[in-house]
Amino acid sequence: MTATLEQTATAGTVRQELLNVRNLDVSFSAGRGRNARLNHVVKGVDLRLAAGECLAIVGESGSGKSVTARTLVGLPGANAAVQAERLELAGHQIGTLGERQWRQLRGRDIGFVLQDALVSLDPLRPVGKEIEEALRLHGWGNRRSRAAKAVELLASVGVPQPELRAGQRPDELSGGLRQRALIASAIALDPRILIADEPTTALDVTVQAQILELLGRMKERGTGIVLISHDLSVVATLADHVAVMQGGSIVEQGPARHVLYHPQHEYTQALLDAIPSEHTKGTPLTKDGRARITATSRRPRTARPADAPPVLRAEGLVKSYQGHDGAVRTVVDDVSFELRAGETLGIVGESGSGKSTTAKIALAMLEPDAGRVLLDGAAWTGISTAARRSRRRSVTVVYQDPLSSFDPRWNAERILLDAISRRDFPGEAERAARVLELAGQVGLQVEHLAKHPLQLSGGQRQRLAIARALAPEPEVIVLDEAVSALDVSVQAQVLDLLTDLQQELGLSYLFISHDLGVIHHMSDRVLVMKDGRAVEQGSAEDVFNRPRHPYTRELLASLPKLGLAPGQRTPAAAATPTIGGSSS
Amino acid sequence: MSTFNNVTGLLPKGARNDGAGSTAGGGPGGAASQPGRRPPRPNNLVTSPGLRRAAGRLLTAVGVVWAAATFTFLIQALLPGDRATLLLNQLAGQVQQRTAAELAPINAKYGFDDPLIVQYFRFLADLATGNLGVSYQLHKPVTEVIGDQVGPTIGLTFASLLVAWLISAVVIVGTARRSRAVSSVASGLEAVAAGLPQYWLGVILLVVFALNLGWFPVVGGSGLAGLVLPALTLGIPLAGFLGQVTRTEFEKGMDQPFALSARMRGMGDTGVRLRHVLRHSVLPGVTLSGWALGSLFSGAVIAESIFSRPGLGKVLVTAVNSRDLPVVCGIVILIAAIYVLANLLVDIAYTLIDPRLKNS
Repeated sequence: MTATLEQTATAGTVRQELLNVRNLDVSFSAGRGRNARLNHVVKGVDLRLAAGECLAIVGESGSGKSVTARTLVGLPGANAAVQAERLELAGHQIGTLGERQWRQLRGRDIGFVLQDALVSLDPLRPVGKEIEEALRLHGWGNRRSRAAKAVELLASVGVPQPELRAGQRPDELSGGLRQRALIASAIALDPRILIADEPTTALDVTVQAQILELLGRMKERGTGIVLISHDLSVVATLADHVAVMQGGSIVEQGPARHVLYHPQHEYTQALLDAIPSEHTKGTPLTKDGRARITATSRRPRTARPADAPPVLRAEGLVKSYQGHDGAVRTVVDDVSFELRAGETLGIVGESGSGKSTTAKIALAMLEPDAGRVLLDGAAWTGISTAARRSRRRSVTVVYQDPLSSFDPRWNAERILLDAISRRDFPGEAERAARVLELAGQVGLQVEHLAKHPLQLSGGQRQRLAIARALAPEPEVIVLDEAVSALDVSVQAQVLDLLTDLQQELGLSYLFISHDLGVIHHMSDRVLVMKDGRAVEQGSAEDVFNRPRHPYTRELLASLPKLGLAPGQRTPAAAATPTIGGSSS
Repeated sequence: MSTFNNVTGLLPKGARNDGAGSTAGGGPGGAASQPGRRPPRPNNLVTSPGLRRAAGRLLTAVGVVWAAATFTFLIQALLPGDRATLLLNQLAGQVQQRTAAELAPINAKYGFDDPLIVQYFRFLADLATGNLGVSYQLHKPVTEVIGDQVGPTIGLTFASLLVAWLISAVVIVGTARRSRAVSSVASGLEAVAAGLPQYWLGVILLVVFALNLGWFPVVGGSGLAGLVLPALTLGIPLAGFLGQVTRTEFEKGMDQPFALSARMRGMGDTGVRLRHVLRHSVLPGVTLSGWALGSLFSGAVIAESIFSRPGLGKVLVTAVNSRDLPVVCGIVILIAAIYVLANLLVDIAYTLIDPRLKNS
């Protein structure tokens, strides 16, 4: 851990230390009276950061990374108790600061960027006002000079037409522009440290690349950056040092190349293995999954009949909507595809590309304006609801957020019972047996069945959603961003589960995601959507390795990559000197 | 002329799509067209969503007033008791049966003999021209009776609303999302305030602050000092309601990331509450204010009688007691109109507070 300073010293330039945290503990008191208890959220964390460097704190939800970051600006949250042996930030002993001193420090010496600028900037005010506020709070300039500076700052973070944008509200800006505006408000007074908590999580991959580039330029100018992220590949492009947090403690910390390419700790290795990408294609992402494969010697998932008949076939789908301003927007524009039996068709695109609307049409929940969908060769759209009803069960769906699709007052068992056909399972005992069978298929325990959706974890809820989708014995399951809200290790389990189910039951998946890695890992064939059009379609192999359309190339170029296959990763001890030069 | 052409020429929905073309060919005098700005927006008045919505509102408003007027007309016409007899008795100040000969001129003058439907349309026509009839008791036009007394009541209504907002804003900003004890005590006080009967509260205020302490005049004049206690009488219970609906929203706002963002750039807790969160929390309160404005106007009678203030309240009470129906009806219609106006104001306030609503 002391390698940080030694390394910079040997590199020739001794950089000013901006952050020195030793043995940081944060706990929250919860409950009252006899129920009072202490949640120990951050345990013995050590962090160091020098000017012009980026320290990444990586962990899954609940690992304590955000609380750590907020403690660094003195806002850990209500009822928090903070203890540390050492807490130095930008030359200040921050452990003993009063509220007034903190307020002088925040915004001037430390900038903080939260995720999702739609809600992290005041949604009722123009973004320019928010930037001016940061200046005003520290007594910078007068009203007019602040307005001018706000425009200048917007320009400096790469916002085109900054005068116009300064007068617009966050909801009038695109995701990338509003994240830039948020960054502009955080760096208005040129702070020495910028803490960015998941700054790109809500963004499309091309926009994410732009924001990471912006942060990279700030780093070059000498700003110290603390980057909080759940995404190891995002971290890889920017971080000089990586700290991996699990359950409130740092399990591994060191130079980025070591941690990402020669992880020592089991948890870091599991995290890295769980990232779906081209290298993981055809192999399970979790340890359990790999163990199962060897135990039952199942054939690799890529082997599949290429000439299987199409289950679902979409021809020239078009869908447009009229906005409030009277303008007609074509959301899906001449999209055709085929989904063959037992295969996975991945639909990938950024937000607003029309992929979810395409999914809705495929589910026949939305009639296309033109074109049609065929299910097993027979019309699936353009027919009456009654004519569709008998085949409804053939196509089911799993959404990103299953919680909102469950009745919160029903327990898991009732949710599944509701989805089981009374014609196929007339007896009560038969249905009960079917519930157990479904739960078993998706890896839910019997005790989970009595629980309500709110009492289940994110992964368990998604398993329940999958079980419900399986209940009517469908041919096709539409997975609309089904793993996008999950932590990477949980996502890995769910992806492995989906792969197993496909092999067992011969299901076809229409797999919709914005995540190129997930799409690459899961799909046999891929459809790339942009602005409602299918710009490229082909086998996953072709689309990812030999992209023909410029947009596909742009997408792939924007994707932050770790660069090495899991097999190529080695423990640091065995690392070759060229890669792990400073491991000693 | 050109506006007319614009309207008819662009009405078909398909024509709206090519905004650029219609702007270019929009004729010389299109007052509504703004060349160069936002070409896709249709440049005629009929299809503009804002105006269409405003027209809809206006229609609803007229409908509400019409319904109130019809209701009061029916009450006048169908209540037991002959109206001409009633009128004569009021004039003479005595109660007795009247002969047909006595009633005939009255019936002829007020048209009580005409079929109900004829009377109804005459009533509506009068209403449309602002004629609410003549008071049975005062023999003055109802508009005049109301006009003389409406000023103090409107003043009291708005003063009460202002007091209610001030109290609830101070309490919310001061107590919401503080320690559990502070927050729940304040919330409890709000509930109590909301439940206070105005009549009882008014008497207590009068006794304590006017009679015992002598801080305020016992008989409320038209001055500002005389307005304080009546406004508190009506404002405190309303502040309780406002506080209850605002508190939840305020606490939600305090949890939003933008509040944290503002702290992170060096703003203090109070600054965040006042400059960011308060604005987010007032929308439900504003909705409630639309209802409250109408309710305060009709509730003003309580404060006016306790504090012996001039105002519509006293007129209404006298009119009800003496069955001076035209006056009663005039006031009912006025209150309906005020409700409608208040709700229009609420809608305007909505888009000022949350500009995002303009587009939805």
